[in-house]
Amino acid sequence: MNAEEALTFAARRLSGRYEVDEFGYDAELTDKVVLELLRPLYRHWFRVETVGLHHLPPDGALVVANHSGTVPVDALMLQVALHDEAGRAIRLLGADLVHRLPVLGHLSRKTGHTLACKEDADRLLRKGELVGVFPEGFKGIGKPWDQRYRLQRFGRGGFVASAIRAGVPIVPCSIVGAEEIYPKLGDLPVLARLLGLPYLPITPLFPWFGPLGLVPLPSKWLIEFGEPIRADEIDPEEADDPMVVFELTDQVRETIQRSLNALRLRRGPAFFL
Amino acid sequence: MSPVTRTILVTGISRHIGARLASVLAADPAVSRVIGVDTVPPASPTRDGGAQLSPLDRVEFVRVDLRSPDIAQVIAAADIDTVVHMSLMSGPARSRSAMKEHNVIGTMQLLAACQRSETVRRVVVRSTTAVYGSSPTDPAVFTEDSEPVEVPHTGYGKDASEVEGYVRGYARRRPDVVTTTLRFANFIGPRVDSPLTRYFLSPILPTVLGFDPRLQFVHEDDGVELLRRVALDDHPGVFNVAGEGVLLLSQCLRRAGRLWLPVPAPAFRFLGEGARALGRMDFTPDQLALMSHGRVVDSSKVTHELGWAPKFTTASAFDDFLQTRGGR
Repeated sequence: MNAEEALTFAARRLSGRYEVDEFGYDAELTDKVVLELLRPLYRHWFRVETVGLHHLPPDGALVVANHSGTVPVDALMLQVALHDEAGRAIRLLGADLVHRLPVLGHLSRKTGHTLACKEDADRLLRKGELVGVFPEGFKGIGKPWDQRYRLQRFGRGGFVASAIRAGVPIVPCSIVGAEEIYPKLGDLPVLARLLGLPYLPITPLFPWFGPLGLVPLPSKWLIEFGEPIRADEIDPEEADDPMVVFELTDQVRETIQRSLNALRLRRGPAFFL
Repeated sequence: MSPVTRTILVTGISRHIGARLASVLAADPAVSRVIGVDTVPPASPTRDGGAQLSPLDRVEFVRVDLRSPDIAQVIAAADIDTVVHMSLMSGPARSRSAMKEHNVIGTMQLLAACQRSETVRRVVVRSTTAVYGSSPTDPAVFTEDSEPVEVPHTGYGKDASEVEGYVRGYARRRPDVVTTTLRFANFIGPRVDSPLTRYFLSPILPTVLGFDPRLQFVHEDDGVELLRRVALDDHPGVFNVAGEGVLLLSQCLRRAGRLWLPVPAPAFRFLGEGARALGRMDFTPDQLALMSHGRVVDSSKVTHELGWAPKFTTASAFDDFLQTRGGR
């Protein structure tokens, strides 16, 4: 942005004359400010590399990824990856905890995220959006260090039913590297409950080093998009059939686990030991 | 088939939208009589600066307290065939209990009268999207069949939910009558006076710290036009009504160019109560929820049913309000 563009940008923002969609997604703020701030982390800190971007269908799809790292940095890096390397805006489905919080909840909406619920998923997919979901939820992101790269249970498979209903393919996505950013060695359950958090981690740096402990470790990341799983070829009526949904959920989970294992080998050590 | 001559009863005629609707209906050649009822007489059109409004002189005004059974006599005496119930109050009445009584008991009396009537064959009720409540764990966009996570348990939203409950009961008992419920987003426009318009016209606007709710508006012109259409034709069902698109509160404030002051939620409530004491605004807990979490509805069903969409988007309705009222 040159000075003149920056001025018109600032003037437009200050006059309130910009578009926000019905979910509260502010594309301009996301592209020009939020992703701009995340990019150094993406490029220089985690040195993220992407694999298999050609697997992304041109229209709507559901990207299903593993979740890890204690703090959902992986979701943000996935968003930068798809924006920068594929020119796609991904609409992430997040936990209601985030949406309850002041500041963060509304920033999350402005960045295009919404609540992980059936209605919002269906609505976004119907509009042909690229939607991202982390079915492991807190079980995945908050798992202890010794469980790293072991996929947790994939909820109730609601995401699969949504994809079938909307007639879109599922793109399995494996993220390697996020596991090492805040190795969760322990937990402070009493304090966590007091603060209303699902967990309060003990990492090698937190809470010992105070705010310094919040700096993520500079692990090397790889994000792989796998071959689409054809949920769009299933009759939408079958979204209500639990057997179909469970089977497809298992298939997605196994695909991601396999690709995680391979991708981890390919990356080698997380910190260039 | 519906008879050519129509006699329409409009409740809540002393307030702006009700008065506008009544005069538009009275000017329609297909309508033979419009009877307007309210607890107080409508403001005279001249004092209201009503040059642009068609005068209310073709509307017969009857002063009726809806909470009393008198309304049944009005309906029986005039062979009313269409009832448009507009008198749901969102604003500060003398007290919360007076407001609730007006809204809920008033609707019960009115529907009781309609149920006994042989002539009433269409009932239109003005409701509000406040029936969906406002919480961070609701879906981003409400459709007519959404069940809110937190049912509104205070104020306007609760009244409206109860009113809708009575309307559903009435529709069950009188399946021969066409009932239409319109859930409007917040009305806005050059002449709307509501807690929200008063809020936007305050010198300093308190906002809830850390929250930037999504809001939707309906322009008063669109509201009147839609009500006119459903009053003259059969469109049974429940419909959301909102101008296309959304505005964040922060966008509204920037467009209005007013000063705002983010305060923590408890302080916001406290300020609201202070403002209420001064008679300026009415910040009830449901208003606080709206100002924190916002509310967005899908109004494609009404567009599909009527083949008509609001002319004003949420943003253009808000701009029109600012141009005429914002003093800038």
